[in-house]
This record gives sequence, C-alpha cells and structure tokens, in this order.
Amino acid sequence: MKMRDPTAETSPTRRARLAPPPSLDGKVVALMDIGKSRGVEFLDRLEGHFKNAGIATRRYRKPTNTKVAPLAVMQQIAAEAQLAVIALSD
Amino acid sequence: MPDGLPNDGLVIVAKRDCPTCVLVEPVMQSLDRAGALTVVSQDDPTFPSGVRSVIDDQALERSFRLNIEAVPTLIRVKDGREVERTVGWDRKEWMRLAGAAAEGKGLPDWQPGCGSKSVEPGVHEALLARYGETGLKSRQIDVGNWDDPIEACFERGWSDGLPVVPPTDERILRMLGGTDRKPDEIVGNIPPNLAPCTVEKVAINAVMAGCKPEYMPVVLGVLEAALDPLFVLHGLLCTTHFSGPLVIINGPVARQIGMNSGVNALGQGNRANATIGRALQLIVRNVGGGIPGAIDRATLGNPGKYTFCFAEDESDPDWEPLAQRRGIAAGKSAVTLFHGEGVHGFIDQKSRTPEELTRSLALGLFGVGHPKLCFAGDAVLVLSPEHHKIFKDGGWNRRRIEDELYKALKRPARDLVQGAQGVPEGLPAKLADHVIDKFAPGGLLIVRAGGPAGLFSAIIGGWPGTIVRDECQSVTKEIKP
Repeated sequence: MKMRDPTAETSPTRRARLAPPPSLDGKVVALMDIGKSRGVEFLDRLEGHFKNAGIATRRYRKPTNTKVAPLAVMQQIAAEAQLAVIALSD
Repeated sequence: MPDGLPNDGLVIVAKRDCPTCVLVEPVMQSLDRAGALTVVSQDDPTFPSGVRSVIDDQALERSFRLNIEAVPTLIRVKDGREVERTVGWDRKEWMRLAGAAAEGKGLPDWQPGCGSKSVEPGVHEALLARYGETGLKSRQIDVGNWDDPIEACFERGWSDGLPVVPPTDERILRMLGGTDRKPDEIVGNIPPNLAPCTVEKVAINAVMAGCKPEYMPVVLGVLEAALDPLFVLHGLLCTTHFSGPLVIINGPVARQIGMNSGVNALGQGNRANATIGRALQLIVRNVGGGIPGAIDRATLGNPGKYTFCFAEDESDPDWEPLAQRRGIAAGKSAVTLFHGEGVHGFIDQKSRTPEELTRSLALGLFGVGHPKLCFAGDAVLVLSPEHHKIFKDGGWNRRRIEDELYKALKRPARDLVQGAQGVPEGLPAKLADHVIDKFAPGGLLIVRAGGPAGLFSAIIGGWPGTIVRDECQSVTKEIKP
C-alpha cells in the first residue's frame, strides 16, 4: 500500500533513529536477555563493565526467543531505563 | 489500443446490467459472424453469448483506458488507433461504423445506453489511482504488506491521537473532486513553520480527518479564514491558554453537507461537524508543524482542540445569522473562526422576560476568563431555541439582545480592581473610577443553535490575545463554492 505524505515534507521519509545520549551519567541501561543460549554470559560481562564505569543497569528477560517481548516487559523497560542493550547471542 | 484489443476491427464495450446492451446482443452476434469483433464486458464475461472474443473487464482497466462513459460504446479501430465511436444504440450510426451486419432487424431505431461502470461514483478515481497519472505531487510513503496503515500513520506522527483514514491516492483524488481549485494552488503558509500548503495537502489531511469530498470548499474556506493575519493562528497555537480554533458555519452549505445545528450541536455524532474542525487541526499539525508539547504550549488545552465546529440554526426567519451580522450577504455561506476555549454551560429555567434573561446571562458571561477581568477574551454565546424564544416573544431581535447584554455587562471597576473582594486578580487600580465593559465592541458573538428543548445556553470563552483589537480578532469569510 502507498500513502501520500500529509506533511510539509521537511523530514526524510524514513524516520530518523533517536540520537544517542551525549553521556550515560545518571542513566539506567536495560540489559535484555532475549532467551537465546549464552546470552546471559554476554550480559554478565556487559553488566560488569557498566558497573565498573559507575552506570546503573537493570536486567530483563523475554520468556521465549521465538516471540516478541510481551508488552508488559517493554513497558517496564520504558519506565525504568533510558537505554537498552539486547543480547543477540548464540 | 489497450492490451488484448485488436489493431483492426470493431470493439464494443458493454455490460449485462444495461438493458440497451442486452437489446443489441443479437447485433453483436451478427457483427461477430461478419468480421473481427471484440466485446469488452464490464460485469459478466459470459455476456454477450455467441461472440467468440469477449474480454473480461471486471477490473475495468480497458474501459478506463478507452475512456468509456456509457455502454454500449461501439468503436472502430484501424492500424491500432481508434477511428471513431458511437454511444448507445443508434441503427444509422452503428451501420455507418460497422456496415449492414449492424442493422438489428426488429429493434427500435434508437435507444440510449447506460453509464459505464468505470465512471460510477468513486470508481473513476480508483481507476485513475490504479492505472492512470494521478498528477499528485506529494511524496509517496510505502506501507509494508503486513503493516497496518492506520498504525503507520500513528507511528509517523500524523495523528491527533485518534485513528486517521490512510491517505491513499484513490481517496485523495476523490477528495480533490470536491473542489474546482487546482491541486497545486497554494492556499497559504501554515504556522508555526509557515510551510506552503497546497490544495492537495488540504485534501490529504481532509481524507485523514474523515471528510467527504463535498466538505472541501468548507475546509478550504475554514483554512483561509484561519490564515487571515487578524486571526493570529500562530499565537493561538503557541499560547499556554486553553483556546483553539472554533469554527462556526453559516449559510446554505451547512444544510447541503448535513451539518448539525440542532440537538447536541456542540457535541459528537455529526460527520461534517466532526471532520471539518479536525481537518483544520490536522493541517496545522502536519503541514504547519504545530505539535502539542513543542510549539503548542497549552497548559491544559481543551477537548475542542481535536475538533470544534458547528453550524448556526438559521431556521427562524426573524433571526439574523451571525455571518450576516458580520457583513456577509444573505444567502451566502460563510465561516467564522473564533479563538474558543471549552463550553461553559449556562442554566436559567426561571427567567421569563428578556430583561430577566439578559441580567441572568450577564452574570454567566461575566465569568469568562475571570469574574474580575474585562477584555480578557471575547465570547461566543450559543443561544438555545428556548432561551431565544423568550427574547423573541418580547420583541427583541439580535441587535437588541446584543445592546442590552452590553449594557448589563457594565461594571464599576472599583469592584474589579486588583485586591477588591479579597482577590488579587483583577483590573489595574488606575481604572477604579471607571465603569467598564466586560467585552470589547464586537467581542460578544451570539449564535443560535441547539435542540428544541432545554432552557440552557452555552458560553464559550475566547483568548486574551484579542485584547489588542487591531492585531487579533475573530474572522468571518465567505465560503466560495
């Protein structure tokens, strides 16, 4: 399906990604385990690095890697963290 | 010639649903026996019977490409080009184009045809979008096959928070059919970004708002009124105040497009009322970039910022409509744009004379903005039929009601200055010796609307920006057909 742009067309048709924050000071980073094997090892290592840098983290986990995260998990991440790292590991 | 049609011979476009096409079925069979004939059948590929070459055109592509307006249409083709055509059944014409085999013995000499399916309402625009050159200039946005287009509009920020109708070419072309104005005509620059807005962009946003094509002249008139510098749309967008554009429609167009001026006139349930006001807000949002939380800094806003549009009840011949009061000739359609905050209900079930009701209304109207402020915004008084009847029975017309209300809205400023009545808010102390009006001249707009039962009227406060009368006021403009 094609639609026509109702705007003044001053921005690209592809939506821009959110710009990364200039600093992680005071931010909470969500560490998301998508349920694939060894993802937890990768996130453990990252958690250690963040901890050494003085950056707060929280851990989250999808029930299964075969489906998108439940809405409640996504809402929880959005409420509790400002950034997220998703462990795409095998 | 479109695909599948011969380079030489005869082409007939027909449909079973057409009595004239059925009448000439034997003629089509006779022509098939006599030479090269192809029938393009719009609704049933088994019709006509007894003809070898029948093309199924239920998709109407060939009918569209042949620019068929009525059926049957007989076309003579030579060297891949149309030589001539005739529409309907006319023995002399058919025999001139196709020879003796088109005689149709026993048939009447002449019978008109029926409309082509390709030009039925809405179908032509759909075919144009599918097979033709739309001429639309706005850029195309692809939506994935598995994506919901309504959700895609939300994700792109094109919505006011409610679902919008996805603006497809077919819908936009239909909407543009509601106006004679050219799609590339620039209506004006939309604040805050002062982006040029074409008729095409208006149509796209009108589609999204849910408008019907016949609303287009009204939507264009509303936008032009909103863009009048005297309305100060930019300031209204930026304000921390509640107000947003309130649209009041007068004249024959309101009845023509089925607007509501009666029961629940300020409420939900009428498509024209709901979508015309919404179209203006979507244009401001999408073309102008007026986004709540960005340039729109309203502390609270009001629900009318989704849409706020109604028509005046002009059914009482003794009542002078608002647009005429504001200089529009009788019989013309017009739009009035007001900086409206929310609806404030006014109850008076005891007044029985114009004098009593005037004093009572003045009490209600004095609360606009703040009971101790004057010139802090204009007001619309929506007078219900039952309240109007009290004035009418007393022999008061619009002008008398206005004059008496202005008199009743005068106050000694000493009661209203800052600190008076123990309230810091109020008029400057230097005005204490004056008698002061609540509203500026012309700042109280009276509209007759509402259901037949209920001694209720409505007060709609305005925007304090109108305190500088030379710079900012309500605007009334004629709506051009």
